[in-house]
Amino acid sequence: MVAGLPWLIGTVVDTRQETATARTLVFDVPGWTGHLPGQHVDLRLTADDGYSTQRSYSMGAPADGTRVELTVQRVIDGEVSPYLTDEVRAGDQLELRGPIGGWFVWRPSVTDPVLLIAGGSGVVPLMAMLRAHTLSGSTAPLTLLYSVRTPADVLYAAELDAMSGRHQDVDVRILYSREKPAGIERKPQRLGSDDVLGAGWRPRPDSRVYICGPTGFVEAAANLLVLHGQPESTVRTERFGPTGR
Amino acid sequence: MAIVSRGFHGRRDAAAADLPPGQYLTRDFPVLAAGPTPRIRLENWRFSIVDEHGRTHEWTWQDLLALPSERPTVDLHCVTKWSKLQTTWEGVSLDTLFAAVDTSAAYALVTAYGGYTTNLPMADLRDGKAWIVHRYDGKDLAPEHGGPARLLVPHLYLWKSAKWVQSIRLSNQDVQGFWESVGYHNYGDPWREQRYAGD
Repeated sequence: MVAGLPWLIGTVVDTRQETATARTLVFDVPGWTGHLPGQHVDLRLTADDGYSTQRSYSMGAPADGTRVELTVQRVIDGEVSPYLTDEVRAGDQLELRGPIGGWFVWRPSVTDPVLLIAGGSGVVPLMAMLRAHTLSGSTAPLTLLYSVRTPADVLYAAELDAMSGRHQDVDVRILYSREKPAGIERKPQRLGSDDVLGAGWRPRPDSRVYICGPTGFVEAAANLLVLHGQPESTVRTERFGPTGR
Repeated sequence: MAIVSRGFHGRRDAAAADLPPGQYLTRDFPVLAAGPTPRIRLENWRFSIVDEHGRTHEWTWQDLLALPSERPTVDLHCVTKWSKLQTTWEGVSLDTLFAAVDTSAAYALVTAYGGYTTNLPMADLRDGKAWIVHRYDGKDLAPEHGGPARLLVPHLYLWKSAKWVQSIRLSNQDVQGFWESVGYHNYGDPWREQRYAGD
């Protein structure tokens, strides 16, 4: 019989505002047994009258003892995300369990080339992979294509900026879809063939592709790669619907 | 006993009162899949049932459409927490398909185009509980929702309702499918909140 995933109590030890509408919550979770980059947790919220609801959130950082980091994008009219982005503060306790998801994961021991494609807040689980890559000293060639509406929407902006160019095996490209900063030539548009090929990517059966974002974005990106000859079995996807996560 | 989340009030949705534990109501139709959406041409589409003796029963798209069709209206519950109520489908009951199959197998392993698999007891595919559906909400089923045809087993979490269904292999041995082998519950009853192994 399987041991199962118990509900644990996480204490918020830190919060970081990532953008005007997204925040990282850092929890200390006694009993946490670690996770792989790309996995997520279930969070359970309970009101004082006993009403309770659950949501899943991706972890943005690789395993680090009993620390769990979630980055939450506020969903307009959401029931849970505004509470997490606006109300929660250090010292608060929430219930969570995990890690969940054994498919959309990247292990630093794998040396095959990695292509990460993020749409909006879909960058969160991919950031855990990128951070794990850096921390482990992996030499697997890694490319992150991060499609985002405007410069103000970029999660982890300073860290991504510092990462690109510092490691010869890491190539981070932020692709603006609606509004670009000054000095960027690419005109704002959706992710296209030019972006993928321009990053030097070519289809190969030993590479791993991870795509995370809203449904339409993931559909388009996955179709694009398959169209260019990337074997379907090497493309792993994680989608969130218009309801958000 | 759950701990109270300071400052959390939630939003009580009257329509959500009767949902399985931990679920919330959605009115759109989220898409979940582990890989790219397979594209299947109808002339190449085949659905087969392989019984425990290795005998294969196969249907073409025309064969499927020629069978008696049903229009179930059912509630959907996804393990990622959303539920969608009163969805309308059209397709063929698995009872109709199993009528051609002489089997006493206890388990089924469902395989989809693209390689996805999921397992469930035969009892959950019989007696009006499961269909191969090809229309949703009065229209042909869209590829991202499993078209041209998917399995529909609405009394279990939706990952059991394999999109792009290709075959069902019957056996007296329970073989774990894709999500079942990476920590999700083997059976997946939403009313008992069987999300993950051990629940």
